[in-house]
Amino acid sequence: MTINEAELEGMYSKYPDKVKKNRKKHIVIKDQAAAPQQIEANTRTIPGILTQRGCCYAGCKGVVLGPIKDMAHIVHGPVGCSYYAWGTRRNKARADDDTPPEKMLNSMCFTTDMQESDIVFGGEKKLAAMIDEVVNTFHPSAISICSTCPIGLIGDDINAVAKAAEAKHGIQVLSFNCEGYKGVSQSGGHHIANNNLMAFVVGKGAREKVGKHVINILGEYNIGGDGWELERILKDIGYDINCVLTGDTSYQDIRNLHLADLNLVQCHRSINYIAEMMETKYGTPWIKVNFIGVESTAQSLRQLAQCFQDEALTQRTEEVIARETARIMPAIEQYRKICTGKTAFTLVGGSRSHHYQYLLRDLGMEVVVAGYEFAHRDDYEGREVIPSIQPDADQKNIPELHIEPDQELFREGHVHLSMSKEKFEELKKKVSLNYYEGMYSCMKDGQIMIDDFNHHEIEDLIKILKPDLFFSGVRDKYVIHKMGVPAKQLHSYDYSGPYAGFTGAIVFAREVVNAMTTPAWKLVEAPWEEAEPKGGVPDA
Amino acid sequence: MLECVPKETVEHTVGKINPAKTCQPIGAMYASLGIHGCLPHSHGSQGCCAYHRMHLSRHFRDPVLATSSSFTEGTSVFGGAANLKTSIKNVFEIYNPEIMAVHTTCLSETIGDDVATMIKQSEVPEGKCVIHANTPSYKGSHVTGFSNMCKAMVTYLAQFDGGARKERVNLIPGFVNPGDMREMKRIVHDMGIDFTMFPDTTDVLDSPLTNKYEMYPKGGTTVAQIRDSGNSKMTLSLGSYSSDAAGIALQEKCGVPCVPLDIPIGVKATDDLIMALKKGFGVKVPDELTIERGQVVDTLIDTHFHYQGKRVAVFGDPDIVIPLTEFLLTMGMRPVYVLTGTPGPQFEIRINKMLDGAGITERKVKAEGDLFDLHQWIKQSPVDLLIGTSYGKYISRAEDIPLVRVGFPVLDRAVHPLMPIVGYRGCMRLIEMISNTLLERRDRDSLDEDFELVL
Ligand code: SF4
Ligand code: SF4
Repeated sequence: MTINEAELEGMYSKYPDKVKKNRKKHIVIKDQAAAPQQIEANTRTIPGILTQRGCCYAGCKGVVLGPIKDMAHIVHGPVGCSYYAWGTRRNKARADDDTPPEKMLNSMCFTTDMQESDIVFGGEKKLAAMIDEVVNTFHPSAISICSTCPIGLIGDDINAVAKAAEAKHGIQVLSFNCEGYKGVSQSGGHHIANNNLMAFVVGKGAREKVGKHVINILGEYNIGGDGWELERILKDIGYDINCVLTGDTSYQDIRNLHLADLNLVQCHRSINYIAEMMETKYGTPWIKVNFIGVESTAQSLRQLAQCFQDEALTQRTEEVIARETARIMPAIEQYRKICTGKTAFTLVGGSRSHHYQYLLRDLGMEVVVAGYEFAHRDDYEGREVIPSIQPDADQKNIPELHIEPDQELFREGHVHLSMSKEKFEELKKKVSLNYYEGMYSCMKDGQIMIDDFNHHEIEDLIKILKPDLFFSGVRDKYVIHKMGVPAKQLHSYDYSGPYAGFTGAIVFAREVVNAMTTPAWKLVEAPWEEAEPKGGVPDA
Repeated sequence: MLECVPKETVEHTVGKINPAKTCQPIGAMYASLGIHGCLPHSHGSQGCCAYHRMHLSRHFRDPVLATSSSFTEGTSVFGGAANLKTSIKNVFEIYNPEIMAVHTTCLSETIGDDVATMIKQSEVPEGKCVIHANTPSYKGSHVTGFSNMCKAMVTYLAQFDGGARKERVNLIPGFVNPGDMREMKRIVHDMGIDFTMFPDTTDVLDSPLTNKYEMYPKGGTTVAQIRDSGNSKMTLSLGSYSSDAAGIALQEKCGVPCVPLDIPIGVKATDDLIMALKKGFGVKVPDELTIERGQVVDTLIDTHFHYQGKRVAVFGDPDIVIPLTEFLLTMGMRPVYVLTGTPGPQFEIRINKMLDGAGITERKVKAEGDLFDLHQWIKQSPVDLLIGTSYGKYISRAEDIPLVRVGFPVLDRAVHPLMPIVGYRGCMRLIEMISNTLLERRDRDSLDEDFELVL
């Protein structure tokens, strides 16, 4: 199922010329014969377009920092920014030895609640005073300060405030200049958060490495318990999980992030910076994994096992895959009967629209339109295009960290994975280390990739392609319902989960089926509005 | 849960911890949606707009569409004029609304963008209009933003054509759910009085699912109606925080006398509304309403022992909390902690007066407070029931106190936007929610030997 030129032109025809010219570059219909096809991404949203994008602050505080459970995240700005990121992104976390219950701060919201006079006279004193009170009251392991739009404008020096507070209180106080207007979307904020964690936190811990096969899972935020499902599987196979960044994670864990032998990258867009920087600084190799979907989970586990070249581990991997698949397949088969042949749109995040295509294929469904809100070209086209991306002014506003190998802690990739250099070279041929292929490769001819999708395009594409299911966020969800199409929130899983790993596949399948088959869909048309009476005796 | 919150009162003088309010633009966006065919527009960076749409969508479980000027760093330096002009052009060409309602954000306010002038310099298609409200987030709260946008409707749109006033009342309903607005309209309609209610989010944020998607649902007050509100005989502004500014502006601009009232939550506030209408239009109160009122009184008598004397903590928006506290007193409950996040002197004055009247001396009343304050008070001296928004659920769980969800936002319960808490029907619903919550609790807590079928 695809769209033809006339339909596409029809969709563009509503646009003023300038808008049309711009949007055309963000929409690609996959055509293997025409490859490579380029998509424009990570450029400005057109003013007045009904975009689904958020801001830099949302990416920094909302996505990356917010889940760190034992830190007090103080948002410096008027009340709103802090309030909206309070409990609204799902990051399950629990107390543990490192983080006792009274240190769990993840259901708290701290805002300097800037008032007019603070905007006029500056809010540095207020921020400093708030830090004092928060430290005295809550004794957090560390503090983050995120600045919001007006703070950048009035020029409060949050870095200086942080430095002074750090000296005063003897805990780390990190400042993030992640004003909402920076960059063009959440993406800039991911980058800023990555930079500061890498520069000031990672590598500072004094723990000893524990275990033989030690891994980090990066870009996994434990929505609906995804991270816990992955930990269950990976521990069962024999891995030691050093840190999940940043789902259910503590500040201490991040300080010790460098202790892993290998990094797994789940969400590429939000965390690839740290993966890359760790490779440079510590030599830690990374692989892109996808634990969404039965097949893809198995495949990621096999790839991972290959990285360690350990017979026992490989064998255990196969056992776990066999056991888990046997456990879930009967249920999946049942759901598959209902799903087969159905189509979907996936429009969410910076890796999910790619990941979920595999899980949907497991269910016999095909994604016909997939897109991202804040991805970069490499998330679509693969990392090989990175050198050819010309940074524009907006991207230049996000600082790049200059990273060098750590004098003491750097070890070559093969040392990390405890193998000889030759073996490591061989491994590189089999497993793509430090590489992400992007979403394009997974799409089929005729399927549509759409960057920074907006309301008008979605409305039109739904009319033309009539998908059976729509996956995105809450801002679209109810619009799509009114169009008669079931919509599931893939940011929040409609408050269910996990969706990752083997258990997640069943939970997801059940909910997808429920969404499509809930009896109310049959009631949409009132009986007196049906054009033709369906059987029976017509009204006299 | 919330083990980090200490029991003893700690110094907490700057900022907010677990705020009980949010920022202005979300209120303005909600008010704008109560105009028919309106596309709200957020003048600032797109994150604010994304957050406000997200939050409103979660509360109403209905589409909330709004555009943004999508500021980037450059815009922030050079001002947002170009972005707003481009937005206006694009919005009318692509989405074709009847009206665009622009609100500012803390960003455009800090830059000092003069939105009124920018609008004047923009090309607005024939027959369409653009209005605006200044909604700096560093002043007031979401309630202030709602109020500012209501006022903008008057200042931009309302007209007095001279001549005789129309036998019609303007109703400014306050920051309430569509279910509440529908109930208010029903009351005025049942009294046989012609009315214009603005904003009116019924059929916009509780719109039906019919398979015919309309970007602009059939609800909302039309621009023509708001324009004509200047010719009405009187205005009732319900809720001083959310509605008085518009009512007063209409009085000043078009000479329509404004009668300020509370949002009709509880018997007294509903009585006041009906009496004001009766006086203003010389109509007879229909039996239907008299019967409903009698039913409320009957229910109160029949159920008082479920809740009378219970200690209750109430928080939320001032225009909701003020009449709600009054009603809780009518029910014989003891509102010992009453808190709003929105600043303003009226709140404490009015609540304290009510509590004085009821002889509730041991109490804490606070405007511009936060839920950290409330939590500490509760830790020091507990209550039997908490009434407020979904954010109360953390305290509810930490202290094992049941929560009745009322106000904005309610993010974790179903159907609430359609169900009124205003009018006499609203009284019944409040009594039902409060009684049943306490009864559930009694069942849950009772020992086997105390467990009883009939309560
Ligand atoms: S930047 Fe201002 S307007 Fe935007 S969400 Fe934050 S407080 Fe609200
Ligand atoms: S792209 Fe998606 S998974 Fe990644 S941070 Fe995001 S919302 Fe999240």
